[in-house]
Amino acid sequence: MTYLLYVFLLGFLLTAVIGFLASWFDRKLTARLQYRIGPPLLQPLYDFLKLLEKETLIPKASSQFTFVSAPLVGLISAITVSAILWASNMDPQKTFIGDLIVVIYLFLVPSISIVLGGFASGNPLASLGASRELKLLLSYELPFILAILVAVIKSDFSLRLGEILLAQAKNGMVAVSWSGGLAMLIAVICMQGKLALVPFDTPEAETEIAHGVMIEYSGALLAAYHLMKNMMLFALPFFIIIVYLGGLKVKGLPLLYGMLEYVGLVAFLTLIRNTNPRFRTEQVLKFFWGPVTMLAAVAVGLALGDY
Amino acid sequence: MRLLEKVFLKSLWVFHLATGSCNNCDIEILDCLTPRHDIERFGMLLTGSIKHADVLMVTGAVNRQCIPRIKRVYEQMPKPRLVVAIGECALSRGVFMQSYNCPMPLDHVIPVDVYIPGCPPRPEAIMAGLLKLIERRKENRAETGRENDSR
Repeated sequence: MTYLLYVFLLGFLLTAVIGFLASWFDRKLTARLQYRIGPPLLQPLYDFLKLLEKETLIPKASSQFTFVSAPLVGLISAITVSAILWASNMDPQKTFIGDLIVVIYLFLVPSISIVLGGFASGNPLASLGASRELKLLLSYELPFILAILVAVIKSDFSLRLGEILLAQAKNGMVAVSWSGGLAMLIAVICMQGKLALVPFDTPEAETEIAHGVMIEYSGALLAAYHLMKNMMLFALPFFIIIVYLGGLKVKGLPLLYGMLEYVGLVAFLTLIRNTNPRFRTEQVLKFFWGPVTMLAAVAVGLALGDY
Repeated sequence: MRLLEKVFLKSLWVFHLATGSCNNCDIEILDCLTPRHDIERFGMLLTGSIKHADVLMVTGAVNRQCIPRIKRVYEQMPKPRLVVAIGECALSRGVFMQSYNCPMPLDHVIPVDVYIPGCPPRPEAIMAGLLKLIERRKENRAETGRENDSR
């Protein structure tokens, strides 16, 4: 019963619904920033249902098993990671040791599924996009893990999400301290990279490689990718809220604060997306391994010095 | 199936194919995406890949080099699919009617659902054409009481 609740109701249904709403909010805010009207509220749902209904084409040149299974693997890992996040948010006492590491791994799997799908589709532009996604993955992962390390240090070197939450309930949010604030900023920048939004959208780059990794996907498989991306648009900010902002309280007025934090994070992502041009691939690598990693190292040092 | 047809008409993703046009119609198509017209409020998006598209927008007089390529692009579109011919050239070859290089108009190559005349058509005309396409599919359904032929 508990598994059903966390995996199906919270991990899948609620995450998907919030993900669709967040996707609409992102598109609507983009439209308003450009003085357009923008899509109606249910537009992401319409897109998803339409793609489910459409014909699914599997290219002859593709490696068919990988081509079909890659989006499903990504979707399943997105569901699993949001179920773990919900479970540790609802009941911090009951989480298992090392679930932070599992969550970091599961956040990697959707990106890897995109890489696999791109290489399997047998299209040169998709292969180009997949190799770019791989480079993006290598770039943002180091500062992301360093930024999470700050929260681990702050909660007495615990690798359990539940203990990070309990430590924050006792000592106040991680993000309020100097090191925590810096680490959260870095994590948000890495989140932009993980979601492959502008300025880090080199793997999709509509204007140069025509959706890159997605180019050969159609119908239900594309719908799976869209659902996965919308779910990640909820899961990643939710993870940042858990690690740095003391989690989402589900009762009373704190729920409102939690929602405001989430909407604020998505709005921040959208603002970055709309006010920046796209980086080139080597610029992404330089940006993440240069200034961002250095800042992350400074944040870790500050955390060790108890600031 | 009724719900799915309704959803399909609410999220038409368009793909833009220029088959030897003078670029004027293409600029007018891009105008549809600008703040003044904004087709995203009808749920339409411009896609970069034909495999994501629901509507194929064709501009330009169809020349000999383009005919096999148009057929290939059309065959790569997942069903259900719609085709819109934009501009005088795509409709009837326009001033290239007598040209050695334009043997036939677009609707002899692939089936066309909506014709939008003009040289070039204004963005308002393109939007009106797309909305008429949506209206007609809805009416067809209401009259015959069964699915449109999903080519």
